[in-house]
Amino acid sequence: MSFDLGVILDALPFLAQGLGLSLLLTVLAAAGGIVLAVLLALMRLSGFRALRLVSAAYVNFFRSMPLILVIFWFFFLVPLIIGRPVGGFYSALIAFTLFEAAYYSEIVRAGIQSVSKGQVAAAYATGMRYGATMRFVVLPQAFRNMTPVLLTQAIILFQDTSLVFVVSLRDFMTASTIVARNEGRLVEMYVFAAAVYFVICFSGSMWVRRLQRKHAT
Amino acid sequence: MSYNWNWGVLLQDPYLGWLISGVGWTLAVSAAAWVIAFALGSIVGVARTLPNRFVRGAATAFVELFRNIPLLVQLFLWYFVVPELLPEDWGRWVKRDLPLPEYTTAVVGLGFYTASRVAEQVRSGIESIPRGQTLAGYASGLTTGQLYRYILLPVGYRLIIPPLTSEFLTIFKNSSLALTIGVLELTAQSRQITEYTFQGFEAFTAATVIYVVITLSVTAAMGLVERRARMPGFIAGGR
Amino acid sequence: MIEIRDLDKRYGDFHVLKRCSTSVAKGEVVVVCGPSGSGKSTLIKCVNGLEPFDSGTITVDGISVGDRRTDLPKLRARIGMVFQNFELYPHMTVTRNICLAQEKVLGRSRDEAEAKAASLLARVGLSDQAHKHPGQLSGGQQQRVAIARALAMDPIAMLFDEPTSALDPEMISEVLDVMVELAQEGMTMMVVTHEMGFARKVAGRVVFMDCGEIVEDADTASFFGSPRSPRAQAFLSKILDHV
Repeated sequence: MSFDLGVILDALPFLAQGLGLSLLLTVLAAAGGIVLAVLLALMRLSGFRALRLVSAAYVNFFRSMPLILVIFWFFFLVPLIIGRPVGGFYSALIAFTLFEAAYYSEIVRAGIQSVSKGQVAAAYATGMRYGATMRFVVLPQAFRNMTPVLLTQAIILFQDTSLVFVVSLRDFMTASTIVARNEGRLVEMYVFAAAVYFVICFSGSMWVRRLQRKHAT
Repeated sequence: MSYNWNWGVLLQDPYLGWLISGVGWTLAVSAAAWVIAFALGSIVGVARTLPNRFVRGAATAFVELFRNIPLLVQLFLWYFVVPELLPEDWGRWVKRDLPLPEYTTAVVGLGFYTASRVAEQVRSGIESIPRGQTLAGYASGLTTGQLYRYILLPVGYRLIIPPLTSEFLTIFKNSSLALTIGVLELTAQSRQITEYTFQGFEAFTAATVIYVVITLSVTAAMGLVERRARMPGFIAGGR
Repeated sequence: MIEIRDLDKRYGDFHVLKRCSTSVAKGEVVVVCGPSGSGKSTLIKCVNGLEPFDSGTITVDGISVGDRRTDLPKLRARIGMVFQNFELYPHMTVTRNICLAQEKVLGRSRDEAEAKAASLLARVGLSDQAHKHPGQLSGGQQQRVAIARALAMDPIAMLFDEPTSALDPEMISEVLDVMVELAQEGMTMMVVTHEMGFARKVAGRVVFMDCGEIVEDADTASFFGSPRSPRAQAFLSKILDHV
């Protein structure tokens, strides 16, 4: 059989749109997920038992569910709660944000714990309160330590966005499949899709590794 | 928000049967894929720690390839692309005679993908063993094979029981992707029930509860295993 | 027994060993000392081929260590080694630690190996610890087990790489006592250590290293009595002040 590059070239604008949606979903869900994750991590490390329990329950709940099931849940739930159909993009964004927050929060928690207790003591000794200590002393150091891991998780999130395929949201994967089926060129399109994902994720992880080395020195 | 609750639907024929069969497929895919992931992942992980540069390079290439392509894309490659690229006779056999094609493909795809992650755990487990242990093994006359068999692997696997547990749970959750090539596992069945009955809350709740219960059980069971495999007095990275 | 000739080794730009030559005769005890980073640990690890070297030769009992045709595992099985951090295997009991290489390398039966382990544990005074795991022992006990593990192979020579450096002060003597006894029985020993009391008591010769060079190689009496090089004098005055 012959490998038909023409199919890919003709479909490039359509595929690029799909890739744009994948990247947008990744960036927004990562940003929202990290904000929520900081909150969850602070709750998990707080002195209040109730807050700790709520946070632990949230994290363990989402970590024991398949992402696809979470996506199905929110595609079903969000229109029901809002009372009218919303675009699939928002349902997906909410699903990814809440789901990824559970994973990010474990990273953030480890990052906060990596900052030595002496730092907290020193901040308290100068009269800072909890909020200021976290904001100006602990979190900046924690984020510095965990940036590589957060970025690695973002690469995984980017791979995960391909799962919106199951609800036919038109990301890069869905776009590739549409072209593949319309043109009857499954081999070309899926090999191309794999290559694009590989190049993005591999160069992303190489960049993270370089960052990590620079960090270490 | 208006919604007609009907939890009874979960116990009605045929929906209860669908759920049970869904759980069966989920477990069948996860277990078989785990066998591949563990065996292949161990080989590749060990290969990444060997002195031979070519073996190490090949193992690294395997890991990078399988971990930088989304699992969904890999499943489609195994299902739609690989049969076309095989020699003609094999391709025909795979397309016509392969038993349970969707199931087999899901198991192989999930197994290879997870193998790359298991390999990284095995490698880091071995690398976290102090170098002195290797020297002590060699100093007493052990060969490289014996060193791995009696010291590095027994210690390495004990150190990575927690991450391996979470890799197993990852396979268990990722087995839901098998629905994209037509395996009617738990998630697929819960959606099918939703489509037939419009009782999404009930169907998805059932699936969620089953996933959570199995995850908690596996975690508890592995906690027991971890305690039994404990090395008395040994604190990882303690010196 | 151990012959080291013109041993040279570099890590990239760093010259760890500079044309080192020395020897250990059968039944002799040689202490290697010197400031940290002087290359003494690297030197002793070269003797049983744990560290590769760039040029020069080492022979042990007439067998060349650097020769590619030498069966290194077979040679190492005949040389005992004790490490600074004990390096007992954490997942095995004390007895299994002593038996592993006996069974897998020498091919001894389990009964034979365990009998040997029991008699060696009695010898180092740890019979009651046989079924514990290394993590449950004190440092001094762990190091005595490590010595028993090495002796179980019936070695023709023993290498000690700073065997007391990782120990709390009160545990040093229990390990040194075992080593002194071993020396008095005529074991061939090469010992990297800062324990000058031990050197005085049992060493036949002392080798002093600094910056990868063997600066002084003299019999024990003249090393302590009248060290020739200024570097050895400086080292001794620093170390002996505290004894």
